[in-house]
Amino acid sequence: MSHNFQKDISGCGLIGIINKDRTRISGSFVTKSLCLMRDRGNGLGAGYAAYGVYPKYKDLYAFHIMYDEPSAQRDTEEYLKKNYYIEKKEPMPTAPVEGIKIHPILYRYFVKPLSEKAERESAELEDDDFVVKTVMKINSEIDGAYVFSSGKDMAVFKGVGMPGEIARFFRIDEYEGYIWTGHTRFPTNTPGWWGGAHPFTLLDWSIVHNGEISSYGINKRYLEMYGYKLTLLTDTEVVAYLFDLLVRRHGLDVLTACTALAAPFWKNVDTMHDEEKEAMTALRVIYGSALLNGPFSILFGHKNGLVGFNDRIKLRPLVAATKGKTVYMASEESAIREICPSPEKIWSPRAGEPVIVELES
Amino acid sequence: MLTIDAKGVYYRELNQKVREVVSKGEKEILLKNVNGQYYIGDGLQGDVKITIEGVPGNDLAAFMDGPTIIIKANAQDNIGNTMNSGKVVVHGNAGDVLGYGMRGGKLHIRGDVGYRVGIHMKGYKKQIPVIIAGGKAGDFFGEYMAGGVLILLNLDNRDDRHITGDYLGTGMHGGTIFIRGNVDKGLCGAEVSIHEPIKDDIAVLKGYLAEYCADFNLNLSDVMSGCFKKIIPTSLRPYGNLYAY
Amino acid sequence: MFRSLVLPEFLAKIDQVKCIRCKRCIQNCGWSVYSWSGDKVLIDTFKCVKCLRCYHYCPEEAIAILDNPVRYRNNANWGFYNIRNIKKQAETGGIPLTGMGSDMPYPVLFDSLLIDACQVTNPSIDPLREPMELRTYLGKKPAKLEFEKGKDGKQKLKTKMPPQIKLEMPFIFAPMSYGSISLNAQKTLAIAAKELGIVMNTGEGGLHEDIYPYRDNIIVQVASGRFGVNPDYLNAGVGVEIKIGQGAKPGIGGHLPGEKIPLDVAKTRMIPIGTDALSPAPQHDIYSIEDLRQLIFAIKEATDYAKPVSVKIAAVHNVAAIASGIVRAGADIVYIDGFRGGTGAAPSIIRDHLGIPIEHAIAAVDDRLRQEGIRNEASIIAAGGIRSSADAAKVIALGADAVALGTSALITMGCTVCGKCYTGNCSWGITTQKPELTVRLDPEVYSERLINMIHAWSHELKEILGALGINAVESLRGSRERLRGVGLDAQTLDILGIKPAGR
Repeated sequence: MSHNFQKDISGCGLIGIINKDRTRISGSFVTKSLCLMRDRGNGLGAGYAAYGVYPKYKDLYAFHIMYDEPSAQRDTEEYLKKNYYIEKKEPMPTAPVEGIKIHPILYRYFVKPLSEKAERESAELEDDDFVVKTVMKINSEIDGAYVFSSGKDMAVFKGVGMPGEIARFFRIDEYEGYIWTGHTRFPTNTPGWWGGAHPFTLLDWSIVHNGEISSYGINKRYLEMYGYKLTLLTDTEVVAYLFDLLVRRHGLDVLTACTALAAPFWKNVDTMHDEEKEAMTALRVIYGSALLNGPFSILFGHKNGLVGFNDRIKLRPLVAATKGKTVYMASEESAIREICPSPEKIWSPRAGEPVIVELES
Repeated sequence: MLTIDAKGVYYRELNQKVREVVSKGEKEILLKNVNGQYYIGDGLQGDVKITIEGVPGNDLAAFMDGPTIIIKANAQDNIGNTMNSGKVVVHGNAGDVLGYGMRGGKLHIRGDVGYRVGIHMKGYKKQIPVIIAGGKAGDFFGEYMAGGVLILLNLDNRDDRHITGDYLGTGMHGGTIFIRGNVDKGLCGAEVSIHEPIKDDIAVLKGYLAEYCADFNLNLSDVMSGCFKKIIPTSLRPYGNLYAY
Repeated sequence: MFRSLVLPEFLAKIDQVKCIRCKRCIQNCGWSVYSWSGDKVLIDTFKCVKCLRCYHYCPEEAIAILDNPVRYRNNANWGFYNIRNIKKQAETGGIPLTGMGSDMPYPVLFDSLLIDACQVTNPSIDPLREPMELRTYLGKKPAKLEFEKGKDGKQKLKTKMPPQIKLEMPFIFAPMSYGSISLNAQKTLAIAAKELGIVMNTGEGGLHEDIYPYRDNIIVQVASGRFGVNPDYLNAGVGVEIKIGQGAKPGIGGHLPGEKIPLDVAKTRMIPIGTDALSPAPQHDIYSIEDLRQLIFAIKEATDYAKPVSVKIAAVHNVAAIASGIVRAGADIVYIDGFRGGTGAAPSIIRDHLGIPIEHAIAAVDDRLRQEGIRNEASIIAAGGIRSSADAAKVIALGADAVALGTSALITMGCTVCGKCYTGNCSWGITTQKPELTVRLDPEVYSERLINMIHAWSHELKEILGALGINAVESLRGSRERLRGVGLDAQTLDILGIKPAGR
């Protein structure tokens, strides 16, 4: 997909919900919350990520792919057939919505890489790495095709429209998941392209993001050294890939990865005790090019939980709340109160200090 | 004496071990089954004596400051690179670029030496590095020499090669070279001249060679009986006229 | 016999009415331009280099130093210095020497690069009141870190970090040897480096005992002449640098003229007094990349792997592949010196015609190391004609970890870039070993000026970061997205990896 856009700049609103006990809830909740923050978006992009929505196919990668034209679909499917076992292929279920006049061709596939590794390209790669490679390949090499969801038992729905419109279009209320994130977007300069909406994903990592990452230039070049192809020129994409690199490939735990991305200031590191100081210094020194700089608040979903965090000097808002086994995170307190009027605890996380919630096993 | 078996041990572990035992006060070490390990004695300080069985690798005694190393076999290139003090004795031949930038200490080699031996040697007042080779040398012997003493003995004259190679003492601007035998002016760099040693030179030579002969069980008067030539720079500033100011 | 046909470059003039015959000009001039006739100051304008020492020390402002109005006939092809050099060579048969960086009008790419700034969509940051971090670590970085769970359940660092040089700001002082500059000039650098939390570099002339106390702020250099190199020296600083080349004279070696080798320099370098100190272009134990590896590890062995080893090269056409080889040979830092870099002495024909600019070189090297996936294996230092904090910011955005400053540091000590460092007559006491001249450079006084200048540059750099909406220099490093080119052709933009302004 060669969308030669300028770097994407946008303001936004975020919402995230996680039920630690894996109770599934309908997407209508998250839609309701997101719709409240109408002043944070302008109708040029909205989207949702949901975990636990495909229990029937939970061991298969669920590819959601958008195509600009049938030839892109033909080329993509030809590649998939050669390298993947395809359990099921179907058009994305959608409903007609007045505000959405045109949309790309939308298909989903439940697949796994061919088990006989010799049969597929890059036989040396593990399944996850092979899927990453596939996503990079389709997105960067097949003109008019874009994979917007590629995890297991999780799904992303996104497009150009107001949050309510996108929700109705993808029939979000028919899905039930235990983690949901949602995003409404206020892009300032990009044409309305469906792929440009949040969440951004890779495997089961999904990112919704408010703000602009001013360190995008170096974050991008850092990731490129490790084989990631950043095709979308949007800063949010780098966050998804940075988590993939730091957590999945480098084996850092989520807290350490967040600490690398929003590192403490040297002033504070200098006053830590020796062991901690050494670790923090190493983290900053090694991952300086991964440091996310500039204003951001981010909700980061993955198969085991949900993380919310913001930048080192808190230039973007983030509110968190708990009620029972449910944790809420959003750009505004009101968005949480809209669906959870009386939380047990509600707070604003401190700058650079992540809120990490994990599912109970 | 402490024995370390170096068979199949990578240089990094071997040298780590040597540094470790030296720092604990070991004064005599035997390294057995050495073959090609680089950097033995590199940067090592103290008065330890290390005997090596086998052929040690390059950069032996680089930056060394004090220890004595005895090599019973041949040795490779870059021995005594920028060595500060101490001594290396090689019972066989040694390779190229010996004693590069050497600042002090002694290099005694029983056999032949390769190309670019004793180049950039330094010297100041009492700190005088000395390289003595019992055989013949390759080209660029004593190139850029700024101090110290180089002695080439040709004791055995086993082949018909000339004692030194070409470009002897080219760029030399300090120090002294003694050659036991005749020196062809055509093989010398433009910056040096050939002299007969004076009485003081003979005394100096005798001092250095007495120690050398003791190391290899040679007869000093036999060695001294040869005819020596002395090579020194003609100018402190061989390139003084090269530049326009 | 005619006198020299080489035209004087400058015309020194004294207003005899204003002159009070105080003779300060005579005392101050290191070049013997002025002499006393019994009732007035006489001028030998041939000797004048326009270092302006006399001008600043004349209490009556009676002195003027003009470019010699007598020039050869105007000719767009045969410039003044083309003709003058030929005449000089006709008279001496020698190679004209020069000092400092090239003064030829090659395009300076820095002047065609502009830096981004934030407006509305992402906020700029107020650098005076909000945190703004310049700290920089030089050395090999592992590709990833490993942690393990400690007994208290907390993550403990498992990876052993390779040695790093910590800098409080991404500046270091460029290598300038004792011999090429005076001990007082080196002390000035050392005092400032210590105060600023950065490092100075000994250059290749060894380390005078007076500088040893600054060990936390020194990189020691090993060049082909191996001057003053011993185990104590290698361990005397926080890093060791192998000098292969210098931007002002790529492919040719150092040559410190005998005029600058008095007793103390001779002692530090262990060579005879008054001899020329030779450090020819190749290190004669390095004829190939595996030989470089051998020397890098000889140094690491001698320093017990406790110090990063830097390799300094001149920026030449194939610099990207060379730098890659250096990193693969085990270097922890690659120091790249662009062709506009300074020198104490170089043949002008070499200085002005060999090498490539630092802008292209850093872009090419950073790209290559990233393509090969080894950018983390070594830090990159950019040097060679960095004139301001803006140049520094631009070269950091192109990919450098830190920037080395030579000429700019000397300018704070009084240097006017007259370019006559090789003569040993510097009236400011910088590039001379004459005691009556070096005494003029009081390290305590001049280090204050140097510290002021670096503080000012740091503040400027913070202002730039603030405008970019970032609060750590890591986020600028290699971030070419924040640079735009003005008036550059497509290929140059491609080499620099930047977009033209307006895109």
